[in-house]
Amino acid sequence: MRFSKKHILDMESLSVDEITLILDTADRMKEISERPIKKVPTLRGKTVVLFFYEPSTRTRISFDIAAKRLSADSLSISASSSSMVKGETLIDTARNIEAMNPDVIVIRHSSAGAPHMLAGMVKPSIINAGDGMHAHPTQSLLDLMTVRENKGEISGLRIAVIGDISHSRVARSNSIGFTKMGAHVVLAGPRTMIPKGIEALGVSVTYDVEEAIRDADVIMMLRIQKERQQDFLFPSEREYSSVYGLTKAKLKKAKDNVLIMHPGPINRGVEIAYDVADGPYSIILDQVTNGVAVRMALLYLVTGGARSADAD
Amino acid sequence: MLMLIKGGRVIDPGNLDGIMDILIADGKIVEIKKDGLVDGEYPEAKIIDASDKIVTPGLIDMHVHLRDPGHEYKETIETGCLAAAFGGFTAICCMPNTNPVNDCRQVTEYILQKAQSTGNVRVYPVAAISKGLKGDGLCEYGELKEAGAVAVSDDGNPVTNGQLMRRALEYSKGFDLPVISHCEDLELAAGGAMNEGVVATRMGLAGIPNAAESIMVMRDIALCELTGVPIHIAHVSTDESVRAIRDAKKREVPVTAETAPHYFTLTDEAVKEYNTNTKMNPPLRSSHDREAVCQGIADGTIDVIATDHAPHSFIEKQVEFDRAANGIIGLETSVALSLKLVEDGVIPMTVLVEKMSTNPARILGLKNGLHIGGPADITIIDPERSYRVTADNFRSLSRNTPFDGWDMKGKAVLTMVGGKIVYQEEPSAVGG
Repeated sequence: MRFSKKHILDMESLSVDEITLILDTADRMKEISERPIKKVPTLRGKTVVLFFYEPSTRTRISFDIAAKRLSADSLSISASSSSMVKGETLIDTARNIEAMNPDVIVIRHSSAGAPHMLAGMVKPSIINAGDGMHAHPTQSLLDLMTVRENKGEISGLRIAVIGDISHSRVARSNSIGFTKMGAHVVLAGPRTMIPKGIEALGVSVTYDVEEAIRDADVIMMLRIQKERQQDFLFPSEREYSSVYGLTKAKLKKAKDNVLIMHPGPINRGVEIAYDVADGPYSIILDQVTNGVAVRMALLYLVTGGARSADAD
Repeated sequence: MLMLIKGGRVIDPGNLDGIMDILIADGKIVEIKKDGLVDGEYPEAKIIDASDKIVTPGLIDMHVHLRDPGHEYKETIETGCLAAAFGGFTAICCMPNTNPVNDCRQVTEYILQKAQSTGNVRVYPVAAISKGLKGDGLCEYGELKEAGAVAVSDDGNPVTNGQLMRRALEYSKGFDLPVISHCEDLELAAGGAMNEGVVATRMGLAGIPNAAESIMVMRDIALCELTGVPIHIAHVSTDESVRAIRDAKKREVPVTAETAPHYFTLTDEAVKEYNTNTKMNPPLRSSHDREAVCQGIADGTIDVIATDHAPHSFIEKQVEFDRAANGIIGLETSVALSLKLVEDGVIPMTVLVEKMSTNPARILGLKNGLHIGGPADITIIDPERSYRVTADNFRSLSRNTPFDGWDMKGKAVLTMVGGKIVYQEEPSAVGG
């Protein structure tokens, strides 16, 4: 199969076949990072711009390492170091970057839809590295990869996503991604954190965390942000962690072979107890490892890697 | 100069309806004749053939932002008037959220002087309810009325302080300045970029719930009941607001309301591609709300169609959706979108004329209607005229419309203010 998508904007626009191709490619890419010499020449001569308007450590480093392991030239721009601070608009900044002929622009932005806007206006491939509360497709793909790796397949699994669903692009992308791949997604959290009409994504919703945990094959905890107390979403970290946090006691009700995931950064002791984050069922660091492989796969595929590989 | 508008269907609700000829001299209507004037009776008159067209009292848009003074790169009084004339409006009311705010005699006078010298339609300034639109003190309504303001509103901002709104209603009464209310609970709406609902959830945009509007509509109705002073609710967008106003009218509370063409034409589905020209406040709502607004128009709950013409340049609109300015322009597309209500059987043509001319005039206490001896403010509409909207051809300085490229039916083909033709479609004219 050839990969024909130029941009990776959200999970909605990827088909099951395309997702499968990305995951299969990532599985093969993973081995490169385990070699003593972690570099292949595949994307030699390609330029990847990492355009981060919002702070990010994990995702930015992951893309940077992915690009370098494929021999692409990568560089990072952050909002504070760009002309944005001088009042330049996103479009103007992007057009200036475009004028230097990069092949891929990876963008992280606090505004939903920003990558869509760029995709319609500039030539390079756009990869969405997280836009507002909207989408985080590369996170969803690495989560899919990690679950598939551990469980053999995704279809038929029950995935519980727990926390602030309203503000989470990871929850949205995973709701769409896992549902598309045949899993059943259950979203759980306080009512204040469940956005209106989210069931339209094909998921079910519960306000009872224990109900979500029961029968789950995968439990994905979301980071809780302290600032949300000001929006009256929850009264205190203390109450949040006791009612909605994942503790050993709650885990007892889960399946024996349950997997625990977290997109990071984690608040130990708030949404996830200390001992749970590091427990034997935790695959949180596998997620990070696979993030590099998935991003290598995406950079390879959007730059026409599949086409040139076919030709070889 | 004599002018004869011949053979059109003349509709002046409650006054005239039928094929008639209208004779105009010295800017005034001098004769309205049912069976048509005898050919050759006024050989010197310039003939305007209105056969197969609708002849109405001049349309009035009571909710327009002219951006002048302060943001003349978006719109000036001159270009706003040109857009109005093109859209069939002989009069527009301009909201006070300019820079400086229209909260004092000097600004009201500036607007009227500039309209006099550069505008080709009638401009009626709406002054602020509170100084600087800040909600912490009444403007000087006596002086504003004297300077020429026709109403007061803090449009763009709600009057959050219930006591201030009560006093504004009571105090304005002494000057017969109607109060127009922008209904929004700022805390409920905080951070929202579009309607709260499935579309916003999918798009990852923060939502504005219906209650952010209807709570304030209900408060204003309560204050209207308390004071007995009329209040006019601007840009109604939700089912709950329509029901609250309908119930209040049943109790004979003196509340009136307007909605804008986009609320009865579009829903939040239109936002899907993050098109910032679908972003306004209040936001495009669900199809259920759209239907409720249509129902409110049909049963008289909503008295007026006004555009909330809100010009913005690319600087404010070609940005991330949540950072884009609220508002779209409406003067040049209102007639066609509103005529769709007639075509769809929501309201008859007569009622449309009421909502776009008679009712705004009544609410604001403006002279209106086709009367012998009255000013010849007349709009001629061709309800069958088909064309495609081309925003680049707009008279407005701004291009922020979600209707660019739409195929429309129905257009104002002639706009006359005080007997002067301020817009007339050339027979060969193409595009909008």
